[in-house]
Amino acid sequence: MKPQEYQNLVKKNLPKTPIWKNVLLAFLIGGVICLIGQGVLNFAITIEETKEEAAAVTLAIMILIGSILTGIGIYDEIAEIGGAGAAIPITGFSNTVTAAAMEFRREGFLLGMGAKMFIIAGPVLVYGILSGFIVALIKSVILGLF
Amino acid sequence: MLLHLKRNEWGGLFIQYLIAFLVGGIICAGSQIVLEYTKLTSAHVLVGLVVLGAVLSGLGLYEPFLNFAGAGALIPVSGFGSSITSGMISEVRRLGWEGLFTGAFEITGLGTAAAVIFGSVIALLCKPKK
Repeated sequence: MKPQEYQNLVKKNLPKTPIWKNVLLAFLIGGVICLIGQGVLNFAITIEETKEEAAAVTLAIMILIGSILTGIGIYDEIAEIGGAGAAIPITGFSNTVTAAAMEFRREGFLLGMGAKMFIIAGPVLVYGILSGFIVALIKSVILGLF
Repeated sequence: MLLHLKRNEWGGLFIQYLIAFLVGGIICAGSQIVLEYTKLTSAHVLVGLVVLGAVLSGLGLYEPFLNFAGAGALIPVSGFGSSITSGMISEVRRLGWEGLFTGAFEITGLGTAAAVIFGSVIALLCKPKK
């Protein structure tokens, strides 16, 4: 049997995970996290002067919530049910940082926790900043902001 | 940038929360569909969304979306990408070219430093389950 045929056979006989169910759960979990975020945002708007500050504070509070829930082991359970619904919100970003810090602490504080804390969140920062830099540069040139 | 600050009536508030729930849910459901039908991992989807948010923000399309959906647009990681670009633009307006560099963390810096600090404290206090 060729490897490709074998792959197809394995694929055919795997227990089918109901895709619609995973998508529905991702919708519900992601939706509920954003619902909580809206509550935090409405609170942040009352204590901050500008919209940017309110956004920054909202992101930070959600990151704190994600971090604590990761520490007490609840976020992993949410992620198991919610899939992308738990990974895509900013709480998921915070979850990857905290989980990596907890996981790699045993490899030492410098080269374990310190180096590997951003093992998954790092690419998000790197490509977010690179793409943001390119579009902001183009926009600044076009609008003549320099 | 953010939504309907003067909506004090309960009906308006209800609709605001409903839109945040629906829009955030749809972004997550869409990401789940990508994960189900492709071989991409959630790291790919996270990076894809952050780049999408940064680019849409540069085109001026993410701000209207934030005004419409509030936390539904801010909390998914695409909102983080949009915050990187809009921080850069607002710092360029204030400082000039230096803003292209300092602006990356103008809005997101609070959250990024918070992730490092909270993550470290939690890692000292808690141990992984397995």
